[in-house]
Amino acid sequence: MSYFKKSPWLLHYDGSSCNGCDIEVLACLTPLYDIERFGIINTGNPKHADILLITGGVNEQNADIIKNLYDQMPDPKVVVAVGICATSGGVFAECYNILGGIDKVIPVDVYVMGCAARPEAIIDGVVKALSILEEKYTTMKQEKVA
Amino acid sequence: METLIFLVAFPLLPAALLLLVPNNGVRNIVTRGSFAVIAAASVYLLWQGIGAQPAFYSLEAGLIDEGMFVIEVFLSALIFFLGVKYRNYLTSVFVTLQFALMAVYEFVYAPGVAIEHNLFVDKLSIIMALIIGIIGGLICVYALGYMKDFHSHHHDMKDNRPFFFFVLFVFLSAMFGLVFSNSLLWLFFFWEVTTICSFLLIGYTKTPEATRNAFRALVMNLSGGLAFAGAIFYLASQGLTLELDKLITSPHGLVMIPVALMCFAGITKSAQMPFSSWLLGAMVAPTPTSALLHSSTMVKAGVYLAIRLAPVISGTYVGDMVALVGGVTFLLAAFMAISQSNAKRVLAYSTISNLGLIIVCAGIGTAPAIWAGIFLIIFHAIAKSLLFLCVGTIEHRIGSRDIEAMGNMFAKMPGMAVMLLIGICGMFIAPFGMLISKWAAIKAFLDVGTLMSPILILILAYGSAVTVFFWAKWMGKIISANTLFAPRDPMNDQISWDEWFSEWAHTVLTVAICLAFPLVSQWLVEPYIAGVYGKDFDLTKSMYMITFIMVVMVILVPAISFPSQRNSYAFGTAYMSGRNTYPGRVFDGSIATRKQATLKNYYLQSFFGEDKFMKLGVVMCSCIILIMFGVAFI
Amino acid sequence: MTHLSIGIAYIFLAPLVGGLLMGVDRIVSARMQRRVGPPLLQPFYDVAKLLQKDTIIVNRLQNPALVCHLVFMIATGFLFFEGSDILLIIFLLTLSAVFLVLAAYASSSPFSHAGAERELILMTAYEPMVLLMLVGFYKVIDSFSFYTIVESGKPLILYLPGIFIGFLYILTMKFRKSPFDISISEHAHQELVSGLTSDFSGRSIALVNIARWYEDVFLLGLVYLFFSFNVLGGIAAVLLTYLFEILIDNTFARFKWEAALRSAWIVALVLGGGNLVILYAFMGV
Ligand code: SF4
Repeated sequence: MSYFKKSPWLLHYDGSSCNGCDIEVLACLTPLYDIERFGIINTGNPKHADILLITGGVNEQNADIIKNLYDQMPDPKVVVAVGICATSGGVFAECYNILGGIDKVIPVDVYVMGCAARPEAIIDGVVKALSILEEKYTTMKQEKVA
Repeated sequence: METLIFLVAFPLLPAALLLLVPNNGVRNIVTRGSFAVIAAASVYLLWQGIGAQPAFYSLEAGLIDEGMFVIEVFLSALIFFLGVKYRNYLTSVFVTLQFALMAVYEFVYAPGVAIEHNLFVDKLSIIMALIIGIIGGLICVYALGYMKDFHSHHHDMKDNRPFFFFVLFVFLSAMFGLVFSNSLLWLFFFWEVTTICSFLLIGYTKTPEATRNAFRALVMNLSGGLAFAGAIFYLASQGLTLELDKLITSPHGLVMIPVALMCFAGITKSAQMPFSSWLLGAMVAPTPTSALLHSSTMVKAGVYLAIRLAPVISGTYVGDMVALVGGVTFLLAAFMAISQSNAKRVLAYSTISNLGLIIVCAGIGTAPAIWAGIFLIIFHAIAKSLLFLCVGTIEHRIGSRDIEAMGNMFAKMPGMAVMLLIGICGMFIAPFGMLISKWAAIKAFLDVGTLMSPILILILAYGSAVTVFFWAKWMGKIISANTLFAPRDPMNDQISWDEWFSEWAHTVLTVAICLAFPLVSQWLVEPYIAGVYGKDFDLTKSMYMITFIMVVMVILVPAISFPSQRNSYAFGTAYMSGRNTYPGRVFDGSIATRKQATLKNYYLQSFFGEDKFMKLGVVMCSCIILIMFGVAFI
Repeated sequence: MTHLSIGIAYIFLAPLVGGLLMGVDRIVSARMQRRVGPPLLQPFYDVAKLLQKDTIIVNRLQNPALVCHLVFMIATGFLFFEGSDILLIIFLLTLSAVFLVLAAYASSSPFSHAGAERELILMTAYEPMVLLMLVGFYKVIDSFSFYTIVESGKPLILYLPGIFIGFLYILTMKFRKSPFDISISEHAHQELVSGLTSDFSGRSIALVNIARWYEDVFLLGLVYLFFSFNVLGGIAAVLLTYLFEILIDNTFARFKWEAALRSAWIVALVLGGGNLVILYAFMGV
């Protein structure tokens, strides 16, 4: 039995967003949505996190950082791209410095739509990510046995 | 008695030999051999004395006394001359006064004074002899390797090693004499010899700084010596006893003045404030000197005398004042140690601080306090000596004695890192010795029947809290590293055999003494206390069990967990806000540069700055000492 | 014999009690912020998950140091409830804390390094008060053993009110509560990432958390001593103390380390030292 569903800790990274989505992510912590109900903690530290939650697209400057943060997270881990920017670059896609969505540098497991993504949608995305996390844990365990 | 005389006289033989035969090979053999002989002789003394009562001997003293007087005249003249030559007139004044006192004594009172027992040996002497013989001897062995390196590093200094080793061995001889003397005259003679030896050792390099600091040590210790001479003069002029064992059983009122003077001498020698600057200045000398002065000799002579006198001053105002001097020094020196990044200075402040605690124990002078004080002497001697030797070796290898330069030690010199860690653990971690003694000291202070009790407990509470801080951050520096894959530094293999041997011997002793301390207590310390205080003293036996368990745990748990956890996890890089990092805390900076992050410890200058506490301590302790004399004369 | 079994019971039950208390803490904190909060068993879920996760280390010394931290923490509590000399036990507690700090030093990211330094400052800040408290116990009861104090039936709190308040003050540090959560914090972001634990992951954090449960129970055991003349009253007082700490946690902003050190020392001197001196004056020296 795995406990990932009961205690998902997440790391929120702000790529090149307009901060609209970030406000919504933070709104999830407020009494109205209270994601701690699900045992979710916003750790702010890749080494503690299970879920990498990214808002905004990737640019030349932060591509390395995103990769590095992803690498520093211990397995199993999932990535949730929040908002249209994180999915594809969104309104900034044509900018000279934008590479595109998060999946340009690391594998993304869940895409959350919206500009800005609504808190309900974000929570929904995280909950989706949890089952993927669990799956990954099972495969990880099998690989270890094998 | 033969063992005593042998221990005092034997070191003079290698001393003379080493002075006269300036050959490196001979020096190596003679020094190692003499260490073996001296250590064996002190162990033999232990074996002889373990179940025995304190023994007093009367030596046919006429010739020896005259010989000593002649040497004293010679040494006084030498110091007088040096004082004039280096324009340090205060030295000359002190030595003249002291000589005048002793000369008057010699011609006026000496014929009327009969000294029954000149020499004696009891359990405390045996403990001191073991410390001097084993730790002091090991330091001499260490000095072989170290001084060779020292001179290959410092070409500008004259290689005067024969003289250096000569002084080292004379020092040991004087220390043995000091702890076996029952006659105050002899005690005083050896006391002065240690002062002069330390003066010569500190000034060894002959740099202006070394000379200045050597003179500072000399002046301060001579002031103590002057007080000692004053005590002898007073005792003789009043027709009182000049024997240590009779002195400490004399009625309090009569001997308060000389005892206060001797306590003052002890305070100067053990570098209590306001005299601590000489010990800090002594850091300019080569490491074996520092190790010797700080651990087994010199400063220990000061606390030894204080512990000897404890029964007389216990419960008097003089005793309270002595305890206060120690307490203030203990607290403030610990504060100042926080602000230091120079490893040797940290060690120096910690020594001063610990000596302060021993002086407190002596000043309190109850049986449990003396128990704690003696154990502090033992544990401190071993662990501190180990630390000095390690710092000395490291300094030669990495070219710095700064704690900040000691990062990554486990990769560079794993053996050295382990020894350093054990040494530091010995200083502040339960259940290593220092902490057991501190524990005993708290208990002793609790049962003091005066208002000194809450004062001392407050001092101890704050003092030991900061102790944890400065040791732990040093430990942290040693184990911090993220370049564990770095190849072992070749510097590790350049450490000489003598240094390795001496350091490992210290390390083993540091751990062994923690396991053996119940035996030490039972065989040596408790009988001594029972003898002096006339009552059986029994520290709760249950405590032995629990400390034993703790020692075993402290050794076993890391010993098991470290190797077993070693290779079970994947390595990653340190978290640096998402920046890419590489071994050695190097990270990607902006515009394609690579930068290194350096981490430094906190030194809290604004809180624990040296200047302000040093001034405060000097003023406070000077006042307390004045009060001490005031109450002694009343 | 019973004392020994209570000690052994501590080894098995303390993590349960500690974990539950922490669960209560999180719920109460959430309610204070008008949130619902996590389930009561959340701390256990967290640790279970951490044990299932991979562990990445930066320095091979870090995990062994954490194991030592945990083992010595358990030993501390065990010996305490077994009735050994509390004065010696407090030194063991320090030893355990030093191992935690060393683990953080070993991992050597700037954040864990700063966390380690600050933890040491906190240790410097709280230690005098702890020692004074024990001295207070000894002065009243003449013993350093848990059971002698409990069986004496004396209302320690009446003898040592100042020391108790002083102890509450530093208890906030030991519980890692605001305003003294300067070295480690699991709440939201802070300037030190996660301070001490920044570079720990998986199993390592689990070790830290379990050690914390043991520590919390031990500390509450110390609180209990003040009220030990009445079992039920004592337990109620312990729980109230815990709630009080949660209240403080939620109503104070974080201090700077200077303020933490200075204030803790002044509190120890004035309340702790003052109480002792009065005790000496009244009970005779
Ligand atoms: S998706 Fe919309 S709200 Fe979110 S970061 Fe992009 S532009 Fe801003």
